[in-house]
Amino acid sequence: MREVSFAEALGEAILEEMSRDSTIFTYGEDIAKQGGIFGAYKPLLGKFPDRVIDTPISEEVIYGTALGAALAGMRPVAEFHFADFLFTGMSAITNQIMKMRYMTGGQAKLHLVLRGPDGITKSGAAQHSESIETIFMHIPGIKVIVPATPYDMKGLFKTALKSDDPVICFEHKLLYETRGLIPDEEYYIPFGLADIKRSGTDVTIVSTSRMLLESLKAAEHLQKEGINSEVIDLRTLVPWDKKTVLNSVQKTHHLVVAHETWKKAGWGAEVTATIQEEAFEYLKSPILRVGSKNVHIPFSPGLQDYVVPGYKNIEAAVRKTVNG
Amino acid sequence: MKYSKNFLLGLYRTMVRIRSFETRAEELSLKGQVLGYVHLYIGQEAIATGVMANLRREDYITSTHRGHGHMIAKGADVNKMMAELFGRVTGYCRGKGGSMHIADLSIGVLGANGEVAGGLPIASGAGMAIKIRKTDQVVVAFFGDGASNRGPFAEALNWCSIFKLPVIFVAENNHFASTWREETTAGKSITDRATGYGIPGVSVDGNDVIAMYETTGEAVARARRGEGPTLIEADTYRIKGHYIGDPEQMYRNKREVEIYWEKEPIKRFESQLIDMKIFTDKDKTNIWSKAQQEMDEAIQVAQQSEWPEIETALEDLFIDDAGYDY
Repeated sequence: MREVSFAEALGEAILEEMSRDSTIFTYGEDIAKQGGIFGAYKPLLGKFPDRVIDTPISEEVIYGTALGAALAGMRPVAEFHFADFLFTGMSAITNQIMKMRYMTGGQAKLHLVLRGPDGITKSGAAQHSESIETIFMHIPGIKVIVPATPYDMKGLFKTALKSDDPVICFEHKLLYETRGLIPDEEYYIPFGLADIKRSGTDVTIVSTSRMLLESLKAAEHLQKEGINSEVIDLRTLVPWDKKTVLNSVQKTHHLVVAHETWKKAGWGAEVTATIQEEAFEYLKSPILRVGSKNVHIPFSPGLQDYVVPGYKNIEAAVRKTVNG
Repeated sequence: MKYSKNFLLGLYRTMVRIRSFETRAEELSLKGQVLGYVHLYIGQEAIATGVMANLRREDYITSTHRGHGHMIAKGADVNKMMAELFGRVTGYCRGKGGSMHIADLSIGVLGANGEVAGGLPIASGAGMAIKIRKTDQVVVAFFGDGASNRGPFAEALNWCSIFKLPVIFVAENNHFASTWREETTAGKSITDRATGYGIPGVSVDGNDVIAMYETTGEAVARARRGEGPTLIEADTYRIKGHYIGDPEQMYRNKREVEIYWEKEPIKRFESQLIDMKIFTDKDKTNIWSKAQQEMDEAIQVAQQSEWPEIETALEDLFIDDAGYDY
């Protein structure tokens, strides 16, 4: 095992797969010369000059070309720079990429990956700071991965680069510099398999991405109060691992779902509804959700902290659901 | 003579096959057998035909909502096309796409498209694939005058210009963007916009199949040599409504349409062929009756085909449809 950053784990995944598969190419704004805005492409600097490409700020074409290149047999990896700018090219994703295989009756194999930074960062303000992954879970047609650790980043991304279905990868901006252990040998992590990051008996906390780290922090604090939390990292939202959550809830009888995106109609609502539909009899208290308040992400630190949830909100929700 | 009789009659045959398909599709749509929104290519046949005569099977095209002509000219199977219009399991998309979403990846058709200008980024991506693989394939992106006012047009032209991609942009200016006319398009022409992106722009009579063939031929040769994209504006006229059932009397008068029936590309090519003295009444009758027969068969196949099993509605979202409740 060795320690790497989240950004390095991503760079390694791309480098390893590009070295093996000459159909993979990657492109976007500020990647070839600069190594990516958060440094993830630094391992690629100077390598594969034909296959690591800087592009104009043309989001609809960045996403649409991924589809065209995939249909023409390549495996494109397009960067979206900031998740907020997925909206500027959204039709190429929702109307084209996500519908193409279905509309053509399964003719198309869409081996393409969209990836980039999302999530709320310090004073990023509303157009550079939000979590929008739920939208891609709501509309059918793309696999959604949301890694929280360097280990998961590398393993999930390598799987994405071998997938024959479109994949979108959301990397939280505040995670790029976090560090963790990865094995020296090669590994892949399948989609749809959650990871129990902390075993516990009293309550289940389901989370992803940055909020997973907040959930683990909350679990440590709660342990001191005698509440033993099980923390599940879904790792992928499409598909999401219902089974692992159901098994856990059958054991703990309490569930809190914690994410950074808006609480209102965030992916936690889907998890919550599914668990009450399928495991109501195991629940001893209502399922609680933790998410951002229903406004855009404000600039000033005090305002942002008030809107965006952290470990304290998770702790409060757990206490409420366990203690009533 | 510059072209062989076989070649010229081949162009004529393709145009007639497109016209026959469209005429029958219209008739069956009005009877309720062809389903959904159908946009006819009648009057624009010379464009698809002239362009495609330059392409190889392995070249790519992106088509539009008005895409039947592109499909037929690129070599699609009319049985599978008609069955798709009927929503049957034997259709190109197993009944999931309909007229606006027909694709045949095996002949390089990367999809018709229900989104105006939706194909331009896709064509650009196929161009990137070709450039990386270093083959001499080309891509043709078809679109209309309406699409030239959308963002993807601007983004794709800039993109293909700076990367010198082998993409030929064919603007079929049929003078209507849905119910609107030229007043939606600023400037003198779509061709003029090429200048801004530093690529050649060419205007051509889109109702003249030979002119279409020759103009596109130069652009295709240029693209195959790695010299980058060309924008071609093909002037034509949308003889039929925006879609079948469109109340066209609301925005144009009958007399105007009658004038354009006189200028339509098949009639026009017939007189060129007669002038060249290579076209007999027998040729004409043969070609039309064969096309009719081909469409009769396609309709029969479609009518006799099964509807898709309803459970197949849950297939084709992902490669591994089974096993997950997405």
